[in-house]
Amino acid sequence: MTSNRQDTPLTLAGRTYQSRLLVGTGKYKDLEETRLAIEASGAEIVTVAVRRTNIGQNPGEPNLLDVIPPDRYTILPNTAGCYDAVEAVRTCRLARELLDGHSLVKLEVLADQKTLFPNVIETLKAAETLVKDGFDVMVYTSDDPIIARQLAEIGCIAVMPLAGLIGSGLGICNPYNLRIILEEAKVPVLVDAGVGTASDATIAMELGCDAVLMNTAIAHAKDPVLMGEAMKHAILAGRMAYLAGRMPRKLYASASSPLEGLIN
Amino acid sequence: MRIQLNGESFELPDGTTVADLLVRLELTGKRVAVERNLDIVPRSQHAATTLVDGDQLEVVHAIGGG
Repeated sequence: MTSNRQDTPLTLAGRTYQSRLLVGTGKYKDLEETRLAIEASGAEIVTVAVRRTNIGQNPGEPNLLDVIPPDRYTILPNTAGCYDAVEAVRTCRLARELLDGHSLVKLEVLADQKTLFPNVIETLKAAETLVKDGFDVMVYTSDDPIIARQLAEIGCIAVMPLAGLIGSGLGICNPYNLRIILEEAKVPVLVDAGVGTASDATIAMELGCDAVLMNTAIAHAKDPVLMGEAMKHAILAGRMAYLAGRMPRKLYASASSPLEGLIN
Repeated sequence: MRIQLNGESFELPDGTTVADLLVRLELTGKRVAVERNLDIVPRSQHAATTLVDGDQLEVVHAIGGG
C-alpha cells in the first residue's frame, strides 16, 4: 500500500497477502484475457472451479493452471455448483488432491439456480465436516449475522457474506447486516458476490471488510483488464479510507474557509 | 470390464490401473485428480490401483470459476 502508515497485511491460514482483492477466473473470453485481467488486478488469491475432465476432447488444450500457476498465486478452489453438503465435501477432497494437499477451499453450497443463494443449513454441515478433515475453509454465506457467527465458531477461517446475488452486480445491498457481521467478527470477513463496479468494492472496504472477492464485475466489464486495475485501486482506496476514519455526517454546512479576515 | 468414467460407460481391458487409464486418456502429467467409488486415489497410488468391473471413476481438473 502506498501510504506513510503501514497497514497490517491480510492473513489467511497463516499466510499473509498484500492484496485485499481476490478474483475469480470464470466468464472470461479466453485464458489470455483471464491472465491479463488478474495480473492487472494485483490479486494474489484466485478462485477456480473443479469439473470433470473432458474425456477424449482436445487433450492438448491449455490448462487454466498453466496461466494461473500455483507457485505464483494462491489457488482457492470453490465448490460452486454444489447443492448439498456431501457434493461440496467430495469436491473439496478432489481439489485438495488436485492441488497436492493444499487445504484452502472456498465452500459454497447453493440453494437454487435462480438466486444462487447459499443453502446455509447444508453449508453449516459441510463446514463442520471439512474443518474436522483439516481444511482451511473460507465460506460463502448469506449476510445473516447469526449464521456468520456460527460458521466462525465451527472453525471456518474466513466468513464471506454476499453483498448481492452472485453475478448480479447490484452492489452492497444491505450494508447494515454487513456492519453487524463485521462488528462481532472473530475471523476475516470478505464480501463475496454482488460487486458491480469499483465504487461497490470501495464501499465494502470502507465498511471494514478485510477483503473482497469478485469475478463477474471484472470479467463482464467491457474492458476486463482495465476494470481489473480499477478494482485494485478501489480496494486500496476503500481500505485507506477505512483506516483513516471518515468524518461524521452532518445535516448542515460547515465552511471550510475561515470567517476571519474577510475584506469587509 | 466396464467402468463408469465421469458419468459415461467405458470399456477397459482387465487389469487396467488408474495410471494406465490416464495414459489412455492422454492425461499423464496433467493436473487432474481421481476419485474411485467416492474415495480419492492419491497420485502416488495411481500405478498401484487396479480397476475392477463396475468401478465409478471421476477425473477432474481446474477450470475458470468464481
